[in-house]
Amino acid sequence: MTTVEASPGVAHLMEGSEAIATAAVAAGCRFFAGYPMTPFTEVLEHFAKQLPPVGGVCVNAESELEAVGMAWGALSTGARAATGSTGQGLSLMQESFSEITLAELPLVIFYMARGGQDYFQSTRGGGHGDYRHMVLAPMDIAEAAELTQLAFHLADKWRNPVLVYGDYLTAHTQQSVSIEPVDFGPVPDKPWAVNGELNGTGNSRIVSPLGFAKKGQPSLGIERHLRAMQAKLAEIEQAEVRVETGYVDDAETVIVAFGTPAKFVRYVVAQMRAEGEKVGYVRPITLWPYPYETLAQVSEGVRTVGVFELCGGQMIEDVRLGVLGRAPVVGIGGISTDGSGFGVGPLLDVEIIRERILAIHRGGADAELPPLPVNERG
Amino acid sequence: MTVTQPQPQPVGPVLDTSVAPPGAKKIADLKPDLLLTQEHAMCPGCGEPIALRVYLEALQELGLAQRTIGVAGIGCYTAFSGTMDVDLVQALHGRAPSVATGVKRMKPEAIVFTLQGDGDMVNEGLQEILHTAARGENVTCILLNNGVFGETGGHMTATTVLGQRTKNSLDGRDAEYHGYPMLIGDLIAQIQGASYVARGSVHNAGAVARTKRMFKRAFESQMHNEGFSFVEVLTMCPTGWFIPTGDGPDYLQDTLAEVHVIGELKVDGVVHNTEQLVAENTRKAEEAAANKARDLAAKTGA
Repeated sequence: MTTVEASPGVAHLMEGSEAIATAAVAAGCRFFAGYPMTPFTEVLEHFAKQLPPVGGVCVNAESELEAVGMAWGALSTGARAATGSTGQGLSLMQESFSEITLAELPLVIFYMARGGQDYFQSTRGGGHGDYRHMVLAPMDIAEAAELTQLAFHLADKWRNPVLVYGDYLTAHTQQSVSIEPVDFGPVPDKPWAVNGELNGTGNSRIVSPLGFAKKGQPSLGIERHLRAMQAKLAEIEQAEVRVETGYVDDAETVIVAFGTPAKFVRYVVAQMRAEGEKVGYVRPITLWPYPYETLAQVSEGVRTVGVFELCGGQMIEDVRLGVLGRAPVVGIGGISTDGSGFGVGPLLDVEIIRERILAIHRGGADAELPPLPVNERG
Repeated sequence: MTVTQPQPQPVGPVLDTSVAPPGAKKIADLKPDLLLTQEHAMCPGCGEPIALRVYLEALQELGLAQRTIGVAGIGCYTAFSGTMDVDLVQALHGRAPSVATGVKRMKPEAIVFTLQGDGDMVNEGLQEILHTAARGENVTCILLNNGVFGETGGHMTATTVLGQRTKNSLDGRDAEYHGYPMLIGDLIAQIQGASYVARGSVHNAGAVARTKRMFKRAFESQMHNEGFSFVEVLTMCPTGWFIPTGDGPDYLQDTLAEVHVIGELKVDGVVHNTEQLVAENTRKAEEAAANKARDLAAKTGA
């Protein structure tokens, strides 16, 4: 296996993990710390391989707690830095995520879900306090590479963490992709980054989650700092929503899905359209900020909104908030895993998805869905 | 009724303190340049401000003032974050060594130190400090060890010594019920990645001077990329020990320092165990007592 460098116009067949690491390095990421855990492990492997040749560092942290702490330190120096894990690992990192967000550090998190059930964790987080992460959900490897670069830009632009939401398929399948460094425009300088040069002048810096300043320097104090954070989050909500829609103008049934399952839904909906069925889809690319406005517009006059996700129903709550009673919202996905619980179950099958979409397209929100397929090997 | 107090008789020449002797400095003149104020938010009798002052002086005297980055944990000493004139990253409770790792890896030319208490480092963050030492991470970790959670009001930590009363060991720490104290410095000295490990104290002038030498040696070790360095400082906490303010130094000497023995635990790869440190400290104490007796004899002409 050779290291693939970002090379404009040249496509390489690569695994999603490799595409993500390659895109991150192309975006200027120079520090990564992680702890192996399926299906995130290969992301760590590729960073370990790709960072040293460009003068970067990848630390094989002794736990997820330490991984996120190390990234925190690297970010404080102004470097572009990242960490990542699965849902379990992210559970361990939540305390630091909260503090890193309040310290306004531009962390990028590569999250590879086991199954598809961590929408709540990614968009709400399990940490303390008022904080939000931007969440980018690529549907395939090419988009993962693109959104990885965007993640570093957005993190620096807003001084706020960004989480890239992938899964087993994102990490472990291959696709031919061309990774080119993308210029998203200027980002603010980092005068807050620590280097020691101003020590002893009265202008030394402090990177603090609490809005603290050094004695004699202007300080917001905790309350104003937290309010300023909220104002920033409100701006992000206005500015950074990304969403893809398809065939929604005259659709009678609209399916909402994100990430890898959305790629299956797009395919099925396009097929059904070709057969004359008036179905459409909405694919949120940012899970926070969420495309509530798009859902409000799209659901006007629609007969049924179906939500396809590989869990008991998490994103459906945001869909309901967007649709806000304009149409009935019904979940057409469900829990579906492979034997290990790591990957994707039998529900991720275009024929089965088609049956479920067709059921609500014909019978509306009250239609009986075909029984969930069962993983017999589980 | 008037009681006549016996007047203490001076031994040796009396210093006239009504006028400053030539060349004398005011306390204000002695503020280290890396400290923004002489004020601090600690309780009376606290040892932490002394430790702070000593390592800031050490950094400055080694010419490292403009290349130092600190990482602070969470405890009483967190209040120093705003008064040290040093670039600082505020970390979570227990997590400073990892944050320092990230800082150092991106800024290898900087001198990176962490500041943690015993609750922060030895309770919450034990894994972090041990792995950072094992990695031979080229940073200097500072432990302010007073054997209690001072900030919460005097609760038992992993370094609380047997018999020590805290708010959750009211009859004293009992080995059978609460377990044994952890001697973190001794533990770290055993780790291959640790280059220099020392335990100092701030309970008297001699200990403060010795601790400053330890800090210098640790920072020099980092300057020479020798690996992980560690300075533990025993500090007074009369509030958390529930004793009169003035009794702090003696309590430290008789209680904490009896278990967490002061001395250099690892120098140039050689580990010194408790027996060796006790022997060394006894020898030094005897030497000091002999010197004092000799000086007194010379002064009084006896």
